[in-house]
Amino acid sequence: MHTDVRDRPEAHAPAKQDVRLSVARELATTGMVWRRELIRYRRARTRVITGLMQPILYLFVLGYGLTPLVGETAGFDFKKFVFPGVVAMSVVTTSIFSAISIVWDREFGFLREMLVAPVSRVALVVGKALGGATVSTIQGAIMLALAPLVGVRLTPTVVIAVFAISMLMAFSMTCFGVFFASRLKKIENFQVVMQFLLLPMLFLSGALFPPTGLPSWLMFLTRINPLTYAVDPLKRVVYAAQDIPDAALERFDPPLEVFGYAVPSWLSLSIVMMFGVAFLALSIRSFGKDE
Amino acid sequence: MTTDVTASGLASQTAPPPQAAITVDNLSKAFGELEAVKRVSFDVYAGESFAFLGPNGAGKSTTIRMLCTLSQPTSGSAEVAGYDVVRQPRSVRSRIGLVFQDQTLDEQLTAAENLRFHAVLYGVPREELDSRIGRVLDLVGLEERGKDLVQDYSGGMSRRLEIARALLHTPEVLFLDEPTVGLDPQTRARMWEDVLRLRDEEGVTVFFTTHYMDEAEYAERIAIIDHGEIVALDTPAALKAVVGKDSICLSTADDAAATRQLRSLGFDAASDGDGVTIRVDEGESAVPSVISSLDVAVRQVSVHKPDLDDVFMQFTGREIRADSGPSMSLARRFVASRRR
Repeated sequence: MHTDVRDRPEAHAPAKQDVRLSVARELATTGMVWRRELIRYRRARTRVITGLMQPILYLFVLGYGLTPLVGETAGFDFKKFVFPGVVAMSVVTTSIFSAISIVWDREFGFLREMLVAPVSRVALVVGKALGGATVSTIQGAIMLALAPLVGVRLTPTVVIAVFAISMLMAFSMTCFGVFFASRLKKIENFQVVMQFLLLPMLFLSGALFPPTGLPSWLMFLTRINPLTYAVDPLKRVVYAAQDIPDAALERFDPPLEVFGYAVPSWLSLSIVMMFGVAFLALSIRSFGKDE
Repeated sequence: MTTDVTASGLASQTAPPPQAAITVDNLSKAFGELEAVKRVSFDVYAGESFAFLGPNGAGKSTTIRMLCTLSQPTSGSAEVAGYDVVRQPRSVRSRIGLVFQDQTLDEQLTAAENLRFHAVLYGVPREELDSRIGRVLDLVGLEERGKDLVQDYSGGMSRRLEIARALLHTPEVLFLDEPTVGLDPQTRARMWEDVLRLRDEEGVTVFFTTHYMDEAEYAERIAIIDHGEIVALDTPAALKAVVGKDSICLSTADDAAATRQLRSLGFDAASDGDGVTIRVDEGESAVPSVISSLDVAVRQVSVHKPDLDDVFMQFTGREIRADSGPSMSLARRFVASRRR
C-alpha cells in the first residue's frame, strides 16, 4: 500500500518524448474520414443528380447530335465512341467536387475539428482521397449502367476493368483536387479552378474526340494532360468488348503515341498513379498549413 | 492495512500537493513587430475553473492557441496536463478538449455521427464508444436528439454538443475560447450550468476566455489580461476587495446633518449633493446600524458592491466593453496585413 502511494508520482511523470502515432489509430482515422465522405454522399441527393447531369447531357445530346455528322464505320458511331469518355468525365468531375468540399469544411469550421485532433495529416488526407475516390467510382458505375441505352455491350471483364481504372483515376484526381482545395481560401475561386483546369483537362483528354491528327500545340497539351493517360486505357477496355472492325478502331481509337511511341495501357496507368501519388504528397504538405 | 490507508489519506489531506494542470512560464508571442502576448506566467490548478478576462485583441485567443499547440510561442514555455506544448504537442492534444469561438461541427452529420468521428480520431476504445457517446449527450441534455442532423440544431444546442464532444475523450483540461459569443442570455446561463456541472462530475479543469464580466464570475480565479500582459490574477472576491469596500448610499431629509452625525460616530461618510455615501466593509450588515444611528428621516437606501467592471477599471484605467477593441483578433489582423 505504502509503496503504491510512493510510486505514484513517478508513474504519473510523463515521458519526455511525444507519443508515437499507432498504425491502428492512423488506419481508424483514415477509415472514419472515408466513412464521413460516404455518409455525406448518401445524404446529398442533389449532388448525385447534378453530378450526373453533365455527363448525361454529353452522352445523349452531344452523342445523338454528332452521330449523323461524324458518321459510322462498320456500325461503330459517335455515341458508342463517346461512352467511355463520358464515364471518365463523371468520375473526374465528382472527384474534383469531393476534393473541393475541403473548402466548405473550412468555411463551416469542421476542418479545424480534424486538424486539432492528435492524428497525422497523412491519415486525414488519405481518408479524404479514398473517400472522394469511392464516391466518384460509384458515380462512374451509375453512368456505366447506361451502356445498353447507347448500344454499348458490357461483359463482366469490362465492368471489373472499368471499375479498377475508375478507382485509380478517381484517386489521382481527388488528390489533385485536394491540393488545390487546401490552398483555395475562398469558395468563389472554385469557379476559376473549374474554368481553367477541369474543363480544359476534360476536353483535352481524348474523352470527346481522339487525340490524334490535331495541331501540334493541341497535341502537346493532350500529351501533358495526365487525364489523357487515364481515359485512353478506359476507352480501350470498353472498345475491346465491342467487336469493332480494325477500320473503325483505326478511325475512332488510334493508339496513343508520344514522340512516335505507342504508350501501352500499363504505362498510362503507371503515369496516372505517379501523378496521384505526387499530388497526394503535395496535399499532405499543404493541408492545414495556414489554419 | 486499514491504518495504512487512513494514514496516507490523512497525509494527503494535511498537505495537498499543488497539482497544476497548466503551467505557463514567460510565454510570449509576437506577430512581426506586434507583441500579442508579453512574458505571461501563471498556473492553473487541477480541477479549477479559470478565466482569462480581457477586451478583444488583448491576447486571450493568442494565449489559448499556444496552450492548445495550435500556435508556436515566440519564447517561453508552457505545460498542459504535464506535457510541453512545443515538444509534445500530440500528448497535449489528446488530453485537452477544445471549444472554439466559431462552430466546428459537420452540419450534414447527426450529432451522434459528429461524436463518433471525434471519438475515433481521439482514440476512444471501440468497446467504450457507444456508452461514452450516450454519456456525453446525456450530460448536456441532448440524449433525445442524438440522431438528428446538426443542421436542425439551434445555436445553443450546437454549442452544448460541442462541449459534449470536447469531453468525449475524457480530457484533463477543457479549453473554451469565448464560448458564449452569439448566444442569448438564457442559453449562456444554461451552458455555464452544464460546464460547471461537468467540471464537478468529470473532474476536468476548465480554462476559458471571455470579455463578459458576468461570465468571468463563473471562474474560481480570474486573470485579467490587457495589451498582452496579465495585470491581475486572483479570485473574484479578492479582486473586488482590491477595488475597495462596499458603499451604502442614502437619501435623507437632511443630507448634511446625516453626514455630520455619521462622521461623529466614526463612519466614513461623505455627502455629494445627491445623497450620502458611506463606505463600509460589509454593506448589507452595516445598513441597520447606519439607519438606527440617524435622527433624520431616511428616504432611500441602496448598497453598492464593487463588481468586476470596477476591478477592470482599477487595473487598466478603462472600462471593458464588448466593442472596446477591433473585432479582429491579433493573429487575424496580422495575417490580413501580410496579405495586402
